Amino acid sequence: MPLFLNDDQTTLRDAARDFIADAAPVSHLRSLRDADDPAGFSRDLWRQFAEMGFTGMLVPEGAGGLGLGHVEAGAVLEEIGRNLSPSPFLTTAVAAVAALKGTGAAERWFPGIVAGETVAALALDEGAKHRDAVTLKAERSGNGFRLSGTKRFVAHGHVADLLIVSARTSGGPEDADGVTLFAIPRDAAGLTAEAERLADSSVAARLTLDGVAVDADAVIGEPDVGRTVLDRLLRGARAGASAELLGVGGGAMDMTLTYLKQRKQFGTVIGSYQALQHRAAHLYAELEVARAAVLKAQQLLDAGSDAADDMVDGAVSVAKAQASEAAALSVQEAVQMHGGIGMTDEYDVGFFMKRHRVLAEWFGDANYHADRLARAAGY
Amino acid sequence: MTQDIDAFRADTRAWLAENCPPEMREPVRSDKDVCWGGRRFEPSSSAQADWLHRMAERGWTVPDWPTAYGGGGLTPAQTKVLREEMAAIRARNPLNSFGISMLGPALLKYGTEEQKLDHLPKIARGEIRWCQGYSEPNAGSDLAALATSAVSDGDDYILNGQKVWTSYADKADWIFCLVRTAKDSKQGGISFVLFDMDSPGVSTKPILLISGYSPFCETFFDDVRVPKRNRVHEENKGWDVAKYLLGHEREMISAMGMTAAGARNPLIEGAIATVGLDADGRLADPLLRASIARFEVRARAFAAMSERFIDELKAGRAHPAQPSMMKYYGTELNKQRHELAMAAGGSDALEWESERTRGGAPARAWLRTKANSIEGGTSEVQLNIVAKRILELPGA
Repeated sequence: MPLFLNDDQTTLRDAARDFIADAAPVSHLRSLRDADDPAGFSRDLWRQFAEMGFTGMLVPEGAGGLGLGHVEAGAVLEEIGRNLSPSPFLTTAVAAVAALKGTGAAERWFPGIVAGETVAALALDEGAKHRDAVTLKAERSGNGFRLSGTKRFVAHGHVADLLIVSARTSGGPEDADGVTLFAIPRDAAGLTAEAERLADSSVAARLTLDGVAVDADAVIGEPDVGRTVLDRLLRGARAGASAELLGVGGGAMDMTLTYLKQRKQFGTVIGSYQALQHRAAHLYAELEVARAAVLKAQQLLDAGSDAADDMVDGAVSVAKAQASEAAALSVQEAVQMHGGIGMTDEYDVGFFMKRHRVLAEWFGDANYHADRLARAAGY
Repeated sequence: MTQDIDAFRADTRAWLAENCPPEMREPVRSDKDVCWGGRRFEPSSSAQADWLHRMAERGWTVPDWPTAYGGGGLTPAQTKVLREEMAAIRARNPLNSFGISMLGPALLKYGTEEQKLDHLPKIARGEIRWCQGYSEPNAGSDLAALATSAVSDGDDYILNGQKVWTSYADKADWIFCLVRTAKDSKQGGISFVLFDMDSPGVSTKPILLISGYSPFCETFFDDVRVPKRNRVHEENKGWDVAKYLLGHEREMISAMGMTAAGARNPLIEGAIATVGLDADGRLADPLLRASIARFEVRARAFAAMSERFIDELKAGRAHPAQPSMMKYYGTELNKQRHELAMAAGGSDALEWESERTRGGAPARAWLRTKANSIEGGTSEVQLNIVAKRILELPGA
């Protein structure tokens, strides 16, 4: 399979590009921010996503979805990134679906996700940095489990209908065995969410689970062997975040290039100065390389069992690390090359910098993924 | 179609298993292990000779060239499969050649039928080794300022002038060369000619580099007679050929940034050998480990970029200036790799002549990479090209 989008994927990308630029441009984020919108995203927009078929993109056709892959989901996410559109698409339509697919829990949650009625949030992180350890405790109790502990950086966690929670049912914090993934409804007793607005105006929750009782059917897959489900979720989430980062980086670069061709100083457009041309060209190269790494990861994810897990994991870590770094360069160069106006709230470029910062942290930053690759390579 | 390609893969795998000698699956350790072909080529082993011969017989030294010119006539998809299967068994390249990577594509596009039939099969079989006469003492980054003159004399040109940085000119049989056929136009006064390095009036002088090696020469032309039928494309249109060919050179140089398949590679192995692993299995020097890990992300991302670039190129979807981006990134990456390898090797890597280092191979290779971002157009020239042709930023 060649490493570029095929005709169908290009058509879908173009449709997503037109739709999202029209329905949720950067001004949409700005108006939510200015209104101090408590949800941080628009449910109306989410239902429009459903009408476009986007919500069920990764859901199998038999379950009412489109049965597409991570390449296609990535095309949508890149446009979300380019327009900074606040959306639960990544957590719900990509990560939650990746976890639920093929498990008994899928039947319960897929219809709502496809219809645009269900929003999912991912309750994974326990510290300020993303780590592999899982300590939130889930103890067997009667026919089910009782969960106690805290999670943080749970995007949309304060309003989500479904929470995917990683928990420890046995073993020590770092053990691969003994991890169980739960699908918990937001209104479960003993669950409290403290909403925090983040730098990029999105809202993430700190969750406290205080003896939250769930039935055995809340388990995604099987108890104690949830690490494989969690890994599946994380691969999708990381590839998805990488695609969104490409959009953020690409959007910031487009703004910068436009500005370089318009802004005049010393009697000429500043884009004619070689000092800026070389930096712009270097930035372009970093983003192109990141784009290839992201597409490689997506294609390997979609190859399913044809690709070995460690190969996919490696490609996903490369994608997340490279996309984070390339987009970091893009948003930083964007503000610097815009000069003073780039520092103003009135101008959009600062939003790109803020969104990048959140995406770069999510599901492991560049250092986390570089370390992960090093460990996998035995050094 | 999928079935056809699967069958081709199976056949290719079986053929390679049978025909690629075990010695030709070992890593290349020195220039002796690289097969350059040519009249004066002496194989370093019978395995090397067999491997070249067997691959050339199938046209697989140039798998995607037409069979009429000694190629394999493979489709882009088949060519990719062949490369993948060769990589899977770590097969060495059977033939390294500027004829394959640079002149061949230019002849296929601009050559006459007679020129193609004359030269391409000999390139494919490794019978003639080519060098490239481009840069001159006063025409480096500003290549079109070249002054080597070609004056018309009946059916011939008479060449006078000097080239510099001619790779392996002292070992090459023929040269493809840019010469000035008109002075009234800078880029529009250049022609592209081919001639035998044994022609009277040609002389070469190796240049000793900081690595202690002399892969480049100064090349002098003193009344060298070149038949006009050896001119490729029209007179004064040589710049078109040169630009097209430089794109291919940049592709070749950019491939140097590609990392070897598999997670472990010489850089990592070297670091482990020098600093060792701690109790948790991590490189015992945490900052070196971090530097290598961050570098590996970029190297692996660039490997994906190379795959994408080749796929786009074959499908005719690559931006015409994209080779400049590849060349820039690949060469800068390669320089970083060797800086890290030297840091990982410590004082061991500094030895210049010892047996242990195979005659200072790490240090000499490190120094050699410094030319990567100069030859074939400097990094700065590539960035200019990307800025102007891809990003469409205005001229200064």
